[in-house]
Amino acid sequence: MDTMTILSLSVETAIGPVAAIYVLAAIGLNMHFGYTGLLNFGQVGFMLVGAYGVAVSVATFGLPLWMGFLVSLACSVVLALVLGIPTLRLRSDYLAISTIAVAEVLRLVYRAEFARPVTGGVYGRQSFADAFYDANPLPEGSLGVGRVDFSSDELWLMLVCWLLVAAGLAMMALLMNSPWGRVIKGIREDEDAVRSLGKDAFTYKLQSLVFGGVFGGLAGAMIALNQQNITPDQFMPQVTFYLWAMLLLGGVGTIWGPVIGPVIMWFMLTLFDETLRGMASTGVLPFLATSDSGPLRHALVGVGLMLLIVYRPQGLVGNRKEMLVNVK
Amino acid sequence: MSSDATPGAPEAGQDRMAGTAPETGSAKTDPILKADGIRRSFGGLTAVDVEHLEVQRSTITALIGPNGAGKSTLFNLLTGFDRADAGEWSFQGRRIDRMAGHKVARQGMVRTFQLTKALTRLTVLENMLLAAPGQRGERFLGAFGRWLWTGQEAANRERAMELLARFKLDAKKDDIAGSLSGGQRKLLEMARSLMVEPSMVMLDEPMAGVNPALVQSLLEHITALRDEGTTVLFVEHDMDVIMGISDWIVVMAQGRVIAEGRPADIRSNEHVIDAYLGAHHDEPGQGAQQKEEGP
Ligand SMILES: Nc1ncnc2c1ncn2[C@@H]1O[C@H](COP(=O)(O)OP(=O)(O)O)[C@@H](O)[C@H]1O
Ligand SMILES: [Mg+2]
Repeated sequence: MDTMTILSLSVETAIGPVAAIYVLAAIGLNMHFGYTGLLNFGQVGFMLVGAYGVAVSVATFGLPLWMGFLVSLACSVVLALVLGIPTLRLRSDYLAISTIAVAEVLRLVYRAEFARPVTGGVYGRQSFADAFYDANPLPEGSLGVGRVDFSSDELWLMLVCWLLVAAGLAMMALLMNSPWGRVIKGIREDEDAVRSLGKDAFTYKLQSLVFGGVFGGLAGAMIALNQQNITPDQFMPQVTFYLWAMLLLGGVGTIWGPVIGPVIMWFMLTLFDETLRGMASTGVLPFLATSDSGPLRHALVGVGLMLLIVYRPQGLVGNRKEMLVNVK
Repeated sequence: MSSDATPGAPEAGQDRMAGTAPETGSAKTDPILKADGIRRSFGGLTAVDVEHLEVQRSTITALIGPNGAGKSTLFNLLTGFDRADAGEWSFQGRRIDRMAGHKVARQGMVRTFQLTKALTRLTVLENMLLAAPGQRGERFLGAFGRWLWTGQEAANRERAMELLARFKLDAKKDDIAGSLSGGQRKLLEMARSLMVEPSMVMLDEPMAGVNPALVQSLLEHITALRDEGTTVLFVEHDMDVIMGISDWIVVMAQGRVIAEGRPADIRSNEHVIDAYLGAHHDEPGQGAQQKEEGP
């Protein structure tokens, strides 16, 4: 394990499909929290219904893949409505509690024995992504620049993911620079003020929840394609918290925050993991087992977030003045 | 007593309240707002219990009363920001009790808040633009079609700048609202409410914290609004201001309306002096003296 290998691995992760998928989900979370002020602690729930939307449609019901995608999106919309309609008229904490609970309940339901005929229970679903890779127009073999390279299939998925990201960012930019976006940001600042000016805050919040949730669902669908094998336990609450950490790192309420955050975070995490692994395998740190990297990684993320909040609360690309405007 | 009237006060010849008896719950000749039996209690405390109240169109009506009298709660109820335990009220002949706050605002009754609600991380101009009614780009799908709303946006911007200039905030248009002083936020909130093109504005302590140098011009704006036909209902504590610009005064204490009348009637009203003026304020002590010399 030399430095170059570690670095190129880190770069591959930072621009790879998984990072792109996290970017998609973070774009949705940014819509919710960054722009609208909605506390969604269950973005992983949207990812779960998105992933299973594809997997179940194709593997269980034999539908074509494109219909699987439509099912994913429809499931995300339904989940957003189910979460939003009862809670968005109430104080903001109700949504927070509901999202975290519903995401976890969904995971338990999808893995339950009674759901097995449809979702595969704890075994999940496999082989539903062939149509996607059959459509790969890229030449076979591995492609890349220098040491950073990807297999043809990986690159194909990456390409699609980043194209989705680009489309998502373009939509976000259009939306947030429109009167609609102004109302949304107004709601984040003070919902009552917005209502007193004749705007139906509830409908806007619901639209935001649905739209951001669809990005979560899309991220889930891409996870399904990436892994070609999904199980419910990949959708643990940690995923949501990683997303939050990434979004805070990048900068909430900015266009580029949800892109920068996951990319940097995946880079750092891989760098950390690989360095640790390298050191463990060469025996530089004899007291350290490779298996310690998981907990250490969590500790690192925690320390990183604390430093971030102390020294750069606005995130990497946020505006400090705006962030601190309400701090007296 | 009309000799000490400020420029905005009605001339003797144009009493906007002509034909209205100065008594609690009196009928108005052209009421824009009519309310009956509004009640709201918090636990054991009856915050509002108003039997009948009418507000005359195109007048300035002051709502006064000691702290805790229920003025802000009444505002909240009337504008759909709180739910009444009982009561019916209509605005421009249309029932608006149980109507959601944003719908009440769309009917043309727009309120401001005692604790200002500037949208702090939006710029001053964005605060104004947000309030413009009927924007095509405000719809989710409409937002994507820039060409649909750029014209409307430009027109709104022009109107916003005119209003900001009136309130001397035009130089601050690109500052975030959170950087304004408390008084400037009050002004912004009032200017913003006017962007909605309301037929009635309800201002909850609009002068509180406003730079005294600006108060006079603020009063002129309020009278100008009235002269353009807008109805103004406002809560205020400064007796000089109230007596100076109000066409009509409604006095609340402990949730009830205890008196109504022209400024002159209120000055000499014993209930008011007992419940409010004499007890809690120094200035109104003058009111008590004037009562002795009274009409
Ligand atoms: N949300 C609330 N919960 C409990 N009590 C309230 C609430 N809002 C107002 N009150 C009480 O109702 C009474 C009237 O308050 P308010 O309408 O704010 O008075 P004013 O605006 O005239 O000063 C006060 O006694 C206040 O403490
Ligand atoms: Mg009050």
